[in-house]
Amino acid sequence: MQHAWLMGFLGGLMIGTAALTFLVVNGRIMGVSGLIGGLIDRSGWGNGWERIVFLFGLFIFPALWVRFVAPVETNVTRNLSLITIAGLLVGIGSRLANGCTSGHGVCGISRFSIRSIFATAVYLLSGVIAISIFRQLLGVI
Amino acid sequence: MLRLISALFAGSLFGLGLIVSDMVNADRVQGWMDVLGNWDPTLAFVLGGAILPMLLAWPLSARRGKALLGNTLPGPASVRIDWELFLGAALFGAGWALVGLCPGPAVAGLGLNGTSGIVFLLAMGLGMYLTPHLRRRFQKPAMA
Repeated sequence: MQHAWLMGFLGGLMIGTAALTFLVVNGRIMGVSGLIGGLIDRSGWGNGWERIVFLFGLFIFPALWVRFVAPVETNVTRNLSLITIAGLLVGIGSRLANGCTSGHGVCGISRFSIRSIFATAVYLLSGVIAISIFRQLLGVI
Repeated sequence: MLRLISALFAGSLFGLGLIVSDMVNADRVQGWMDVLGNWDPTLAFVLGGAILPMLLAWPLSARRGKALLGNTLPGPASVRIDWELFLGAALFGAGWALVGLCPGPAVAGLGLNGTSGIVFLLAMGLGMYLTPHLRRRFQKPAMA
């Protein structure tokens, strides 16, 4: 268990360093829902390549890792109805709230943004309620 | 060109950080929210570790006044807490909990999660596409 915490902290430092690079070098907030959302609604086409290249790196390195370094267990459900509902909720929710775990959680909290702290508290609480209902109470996930 | 190299570096480091921290593992993410069951605190360590470099990055960039490559910095954070923020965060949290994927790990997991990974990303993209239309629909009665 403690090993997982340490690896979590190390991986977290890597994620934070990625966000630091994107802010200090590129002058941009590393929020994945905003980076994708701006490509979809065209508001981010002005710096589209910066977004696409970032997302490509985010996609390709984990894929290369499982191919050449070590297998990774993801334990993502194969229930495609559940996947679709969750994907819609994550897409709509992150755009309505203007941010997700990376934007509000990592980049927002660290600048003491009251909106981001509020959003993070709400989505963590909502997640706890959802897991408690659907896993502990109903046993469906 | 330098901006693209830097963006590629940042995205790649983010992806590797998600692998190292095991945040591509839905069990670990859902375990964090499973306070009534087998609670797994790892996610708190990840978030804490990620916030630390950013605690330096914000004052550092503010002192310089602009990014290293000359771009303007993000404006000051908005302080408005409204229903859209609340509703959005609540919906996002529920979706995140249901399968253990949020946008970062969804992109990182595209090559790891087979059909589920592709379908999740498509559904998420559809949700993002629909959001401005939903927002307009909900705002109409308020303006009438």
